[in-house]
Amino acid sequence: MGKVGIIGVGQTAFVRGYPGSIRELVFEGFKDAMEDAGISNDDIDATVVCSAPEYDKQRSPAGVFAEYLGLTPQPTFYVESLCSSSSTGLKLAYSLVKSGLHDVVAVLGFQKMSEISSAESQERMGRGADIQWESPFGTMMPAYYAMFARAHMATYGTTPDDLALIRVKASTYGQINDKAVYRKPVQFEMFSNPESPMSNPVASPLRVGDCCANADGSSCVIVASEEKAKALSKDPVWILGLGAASASVNLAGRDLFTGLRVAQQAAKQAYDMAGITAADVDVAEVHDCFTIAEMMAYEDLGFAKPGEGKELIRARETYKEGSIPVNVDGGLLSKGHPIGATGGSQIRTIVLQLRGRAGDMQVRDPEIGLIHNIGGVGLYGNVTILGR
Amino acid sequence: MGKKKDVDTRFSRFGTVSFTSITKVNDFIDYLEQGKVMGTRCLDCGLLFFPPRADCHRCRASNMEWFEVTGPGKLITYSKLEFAPMGFGDDVPYAIAVLDYGDYKVFGRIAKDVPEEEISVGMDMRTVVNRLPDGQLNYVFQKA
Ligand SMILES: [Zn+2]
Repeated sequence: MGKVGIIGVGQTAFVRGYPGSIRELVFEGFKDAMEDAGISNDDIDATVVCSAPEYDKQRSPAGVFAEYLGLTPQPTFYVESLCSSSSTGLKLAYSLVKSGLHDVVAVLGFQKMSEISSAESQERMGRGADIQWESPFGTMMPAYYAMFARAHMATYGTTPDDLALIRVKASTYGQINDKAVYRKPVQFEMFSNPESPMSNPVASPLRVGDCCANADGSSCVIVASEEKAKALSKDPVWILGLGAASASVNLAGRDLFTGLRVAQQAAKQAYDMAGITAADVDVAEVHDCFTIAEMMAYEDLGFAKPGEGKELIRARETYKEGSIPVNVDGGLLSKGHPIGATGGSQIRTIVLQLRGRAGDMQVRDPEIGLIHNIGGVGLYGNVTILGR
Repeated sequence: MGKKKDVDTRFSRFGTVSFTSITKVNDFIDYLEQGKVMGTRCLDCGLLFFPPRADCHRCRASNMEWFEVTGPGKLITYSKLEFAPMGFGDDVPYAIAVLDYGDYKVFGRIAKDVPEEEISVGMDMRTVVNRLPDGQLNYVFQKA
């Protein structure tokens, strides 16, 4: 069996209050990827549509988009794994191509979060956890991740200042990414300035500045068999490794509160499949829905030993010029987090990096890139490794 | 018209807002009424479950008995919420937490009357039944 490649990537700008419907939102990301790939609708054999449910009213969006994009009568599939839906979509597309069922598959991720209020959004996200036993206590994503932050601080001496450094890094790149929803600078001092909204407590020990920006957006990744990729594309990027894992939805069923087992397990699978180690990764996109999530990702992916993630950010090793650049597109924190579109956007960033076409965000000559995309509070973990 | 079937919706009384009304472990609510927080134990293999389950995944069987969550557990972690999701705004601020009992863990809220400066990771706390003003029931963690 041959390799599986990525021949096109696209996304919309991530924005607050997209001025259109979900099918129009998806059209924009699809168009961007199709122009990047330089192919026509006839080349697409199937689509995989990815989002977290209940942010809009459309049930079964896959067929709606297939028609709107002009991709009927090709088959279409809908997958979801909350915030990692489009990484799950990539894995399904890989399987469809690798099996020989289809040659070219488009993975379409989307989310329009602005149709509901922030409190409603928190309620939806909270119900991505255990609705029978946890949600009745009034849970929300920042509080879940805050519990991991608290345990990390108590166990390893990580500080709120270390987390602030991660947000400052994200804003450094958010400012130069024209797709980012949050383009403003964030200074370290803002976290200790009561006048700054960044310092406002959300769920202790996390503050507003520790939390990612909700956004509307879509992304598209076009996956092809080796033969088709070589025929259709001048610079395909290859899928070298894929890992995915699941865990107990209720935190009472977890054995680790200073990291995410699903990330560790998915990373091991992906590294083994690619035949590489963490040291071989030249650039990474990690799921920084909260600053603590990026800190744990450093450790779960093996970029740092458990408890030593803070040393990486203190030494600026995860900046563009550092030993392991992470989220040099602004990450979820500044670029924004339209749930179902996020994984596809992370994949797009790594593909552009490997092609040497990431503009001002380009790291020096990367050969191997990694995407870490988490669904829920470590309910689903996905790690993807790409190479030139 | 046929006879109206009784539906056991006791579980809708769990927590500030319950998202589940029917479950095979509805007796959990009756135990809360009696002041007891209960988990289940598999009669075939002895595995303890909290939150309680009707079915043992290890034995793929459903022979359960109830056991009471008693004594102190260790506070693994917590977070105090300053904002709340829709439906919980009147409760703010409140803290959610996880206690470790060794054989199982319990996710819940810390009692409102425990001052935040007296909360620290690793401390002993106990799980007690809590009646909400509107008659809903949950459980909270008190200092042991
Ligand atoms: Zn059993």
